[in-house]
Amino acid sequence: MVESAPVIGADHALTPTLSRKRKRGDERMIPLLHIPPQALFGQLLLGLINGAFYAMLSLGLAVIFGLLNIINFAHGAQYMLGAFCAWFLLNLAGVGYWPSLVIAPIAVALFGIVLERAFLRWIYRLDHLYGLLLTFGLAIIIEGLFRQQYGSSGQPYSIPPELTGVWNLGFMFLPIYRGWVIAASAVVCFGTWFLIERTRLGAYLRAATENPVLVQAFGINVPRMVTLTYGFGVGLAALAGVLAAPIYQVSPLMGSNIIIVVFAVVVIGGMGSILGSIVSGFALGLVEGLTKVFYPEASSTVIFVVMAIVLLLKPAGLFGRAA
Amino acid sequence: MMFHRVLGLAAVGCLVAAAAQAQISDDVVKIGVLTDMSSLYADIGGKGSVVAAEMAVKDFGGKVAGKPIEVVSADHLNKPDVGANIARQWIDQDHVDAIVDVPTSSVALAVQDVTKEKDRVFLISGAASSDLTGKSCSPTGVHWTYDTYALAHGTGSALVKQGGDTWFFITADYAFGHALERDTSAVVKAAGGKVLGAVRAPLNTPDFSSFLLQAQASKAKIIGLANAGGDTINSIKQGAEFGIVQGGQRFAGLLVFISDVHSLGLQTAQGLVLTSAFYWDQNDATRAWAKRFMAETNKVPTMVQAGVYGAVTHYLKAIAAAKTDEGKAVVAKMREIPINDFMTHNGKLREDGRVMRDIYLFQVKSPAESKYPYDYYKQLAVIPADQAFRPLSESECPLVKKG
Repeated sequence: MVESAPVIGADHALTPTLSRKRKRGDERMIPLLHIPPQALFGQLLLGLINGAFYAMLSLGLAVIFGLLNIINFAHGAQYMLGAFCAWFLLNLAGVGYWPSLVIAPIAVALFGIVLERAFLRWIYRLDHLYGLLLTFGLAIIIEGLFRQQYGSSGQPYSIPPELTGVWNLGFMFLPIYRGWVIAASAVVCFGTWFLIERTRLGAYLRAATENPVLVQAFGINVPRMVTLTYGFGVGLAALAGVLAAPIYQVSPLMGSNIIIVVFAVVVIGGMGSILGSIVSGFALGLVEGLTKVFYPEASSTVIFVVMAIVLLLKPAGLFGRAA
Repeated sequence: MMFHRVLGLAAVGCLVAAAAQAQISDDVVKIGVLTDMSSLYADIGGKGSVVAAEMAVKDFGGKVAGKPIEVVSADHLNKPDVGANIARQWIDQDHVDAIVDVPTSSVALAVQDVTKEKDRVFLISGAASSDLTGKSCSPTGVHWTYDTYALAHGTGSALVKQGGDTWFFITADYAFGHALERDTSAVVKAAGGKVLGAVRAPLNTPDFSSFLLQAQASKAKIIGLANAGGDTINSIKQGAEFGIVQGGQRFAGLLVFISDVHSLGLQTAQGLVLTSAFYWDQNDATRAWAKRFMAETNKVPTMVQAGVYGAVTHYLKAIAAAKTDEGKAVVAKMREIPINDFMTHNGKLREDGRVMRDIYLFQVKSPAESKYPYDYYKQLAVIPADQAFRPLSESECPLVKKG
């Protein structure tokens, strides 16, 4: 090998700055603290991509909590089911990524609807704690079953051929698939917000949470609407799962790894606030991304630090209305 | 009359002598498999380690020194406090005589303290930190399968020899990662290479892209992955996404298990150079054992699980020979008896607790080279025990008497 092997796929413009800085003193901290702005853009973009997952997952949680008053702890398991559904479709039925993007969320949403009809509808009137415990228990059972069968290492799922490769953005090389994730997530988040806050259907939904009896008196089938809403929230989780499958391994653990962070995001945004969950999802992705550059050791904790600070200053969350 | 009385006394005397000899506490030898059952290392040790321990007990006949052998297991959740608490409870209340496996170094260091204090045997298969036989060594601690020193001297020096003289580490931010980074850096520097930097990633990180980008920007020829299990899988998988290998950089998976390779698939994992104490397809003995293991678990055994089998077997042999299950006495016997099993040939337990065994340098095959299920590795070299492990002259272990 030659002394400094040319690296295709990395930014040559960064090299002189980095290596000059590195020559002074300790090699570990210097390049990170003096990171050039262009490299920082790259890291921010990566943070935004992780934020896209947080946003999509916390959005589903917010919809379910806002309209059903259920703290859906099974959300992580449903995200995992979405990814596994795509994997099953590929390996058992030969169905590729694009159809899976539609089929898997619908299949998992149907499963969610069955859960809602069988279990959740009995506990709407009880304390939040019951819903939390029930969904938490369901999540443990589902994840346990998958772990028993598939182990912890995960199954490989390839990036669809249309989306392999990288884009040269000047300041970094972005895998096309990650670009697609951010676009898809933005569309889904905006669409959901629009549906709930700006359409007649959304107005019915919001009215039904305020006063179900009155809305029912107007001839609207509220229980069915609630069931479908839960299905929709679960479907969002599954969609995030399919989008995540090619990036992470399709693993029984993928849900439990992310769900606690997502709950922190929801709490920061304000429980049940649609806009809050979207904005804080993306924002916390950025915060986490920056932490990974400046103090990587804290990157798994920073979101909880933010949560603690927000709760101290604004107990209802950034976008939440005080009860 | 007289004759009968003498005979009677003699018989009683024999009984007393036998009882004094076979000192098995609580009339049972209890082995506790403490491992990761639910998180990123569950496929490395986990249920497979429990199965391996049970196989060893069954093959030994289910009894040692006339007393039954029992296997219990628990999940340490990769948390040192949880692991230490389970170890205490096992020893104090459940009469566990030996603790086995513990695939997480931070937990193993905590359990090492507990077993040392309470004079119980600790058979370490999964944990890697070379500190377990260094400054944290114990008279009852046995580091069975491999360690970070061996990994560094296997994979690390092989890659430096192939021209990989500049390194950047992505390190799991706890005892194991730190030890592996330290031991590998020493090898790289000793061979004239340079370490350009390192980034410490929290354990069980799902997204490595940020760290990969930092590694890419460092321009190091080799990106050393001082992590394991799910973390290694995600690093390599996402590294492929960011074109690390096409860019001319190379991954050094410093600790890669066959379960990781299986999960990644050969397409992504091909060409990786790795160090292991065991591969199922090495010879007839390893194949025969692996076949039995696979029949029980449907999974290919990792070196950690194979090591659990060997460690438990040797432990039971020592109890049979020493006729006691008292910690220090058993380990002293384990040192006397040479270690021979399907993966160990004339191994020896050293005074610092290190098991001296040959280890192997493998390379992951390409999809075209792989002919049958789990046909994943080709062997590049055998690293003899005295080169694989830290010599006693460099040991920081207080038990080692320096001449």
